[in-house]
Amino acid sequence: MLKESIVRTIGLQKTYMLGKVPLQVLKGIDLEIHRGEYISIMGPSGSGKTTLFNMIGGLDKPTEGKVYIDEVDIAQLDAYELAWLRCRKIGYIFQTFNLIPVMTAMENITLPMIFGGLGNDEAMEKARDLLELVGLGERLHHKPFELSGGQQQRVAIARALANDPAIVLADEPTGNLDLKTGKEIIQLLKKMNREKQVSIITATHDLKMLDVSDRVIWIRDGLIERIEDRANLDIKIGEMDGEVV
Amino acid sequence: MPEKKGKIEKQLTLPLGHAFGMSIRSLKIRFGRSIITTMSITLGIAFLMSILANSAFTTAIIERGPEVLRIPLQEGLEEMKTRQIWLVSLSLLVCVVGIINAMLMSVAERSREIGTMKCLGALDKFVVELFLLESSLQGMVGSLIGVIIGVVFTIVVFIAKYKGVIFTIFPMAALLKYSLLGMVLGTLLAVIGALYPSYVSAKLEPAEAIRREI
Repeated sequence: MLKESIVRTIGLQKTYMLGKVPLQVLKGIDLEIHRGEYISIMGPSGSGKTTLFNMIGGLDKPTEGKVYIDEVDIAQLDAYELAWLRCRKIGYIFQTFNLIPVMTAMENITLPMIFGGLGNDEAMEKARDLLELVGLGERLHHKPFELSGGQQQRVAIARALANDPAIVLADEPTGNLDLKTGKEIIQLLKKMNREKQVSIITATHDLKMLDVSDRVIWIRDGLIERIEDRANLDIKIGEMDGEVV
Repeated sequence: MPEKKGKIEKQLTLPLGHAFGMSIRSLKIRFGRSIITTMSITLGIAFLMSILANSAFTTAIIERGPEVLRIPLQEGLEEMKTRQIWLVSLSLLVCVVGIINAMLMSVAERSREIGTMKCLGALDKFVVELFLLESSLQGMVGSLIGVIIGVVFTIVVFIAKYKGVIFTIFPMAALLKYSLLGMVLGTLLAVIGALYPSYVSAKLEPAEAIRREI
């Protein structure tokens, strides 16, 4: 059965200018991610992982090649349409949680809904449900500094799901969390993937992520080294081929 | 994708009420920094007001005061005016420069926050709106305090100098007019000071949210 593609890249290249010197970070990436998949992008620092992530997330445009998000070529989008894309189609999760410090948990979650034009009451209702879903029902009115790292990340996950996106992009979601909390967050992400049928794409160093991923894309030096299906993954650490850090 | 033809309602909004709430809270949480900007306006406007109030009183004495006080005042008036305009303009310019600096720092510190908001769908103009709102709030509060300080100070000085006579010629209308001018000017200067920093904030990329401090 032909699976719908949610993200597609064709011959993706990205070159940055360091002053007058060009630095080619992505050297030609062909990639297809299907709806409902859980994908991990792994690779050493400097491999182009973050840049690829930015491309897929509509945060940057390619120098050459094409990126299609839900079959829309993002290079053709103007600033307004890109903002709409980020508001409605994509949810973001960051290593540093990135909650707005002056707003409570609930207000952080309703913010993208407000941008999307949802009414106040509806937004609060929805935010309440999302907080329940991530297990923070009683933390509605707490500000980020009153929450632990794991709790902040849960709020961030709820926020990412605020406008029912098709894709959730997670940049090192467990990077700032301890082992136990990291595992909880990964389980939560998997749960969201299953229950809400939202595609999850993570860029990560965390090998615990391999367990829950449908496919793992290994990046090295701006090119895809290999793509592994979960069935074929040998998940015992120590027997993993290819360094991650 | 949003319908392009005949867009009746915008698909991305930041309602003014929300923008207001966010601005006020941002100011409260960065109270120390806000105070500096506000005080900058306060001092400049207080200085302006003392000059203007002084002028109002002096004019009132010249026009309606007892003879014995008029002549000495009239002589010094013209020369005083030009010098004072120069002084006040300069001091207000210094204030604006201070505001630009403080707001640029604010934008730089909050680059991750701004990047995150853009990832959530904020348009560049939402961010500009937030910074201009913050700035105008600081301007309004600052100029209100500045007006009060400047006018009260001048009243006290003139009462000390001329005692009871002041109340016979009290230039209420002029003072109110100048107070209004002071408030408007103060707010305007704060907004002008925020223009360049707002432009910088509009130029920030959503990827700022992911940027690692190296």
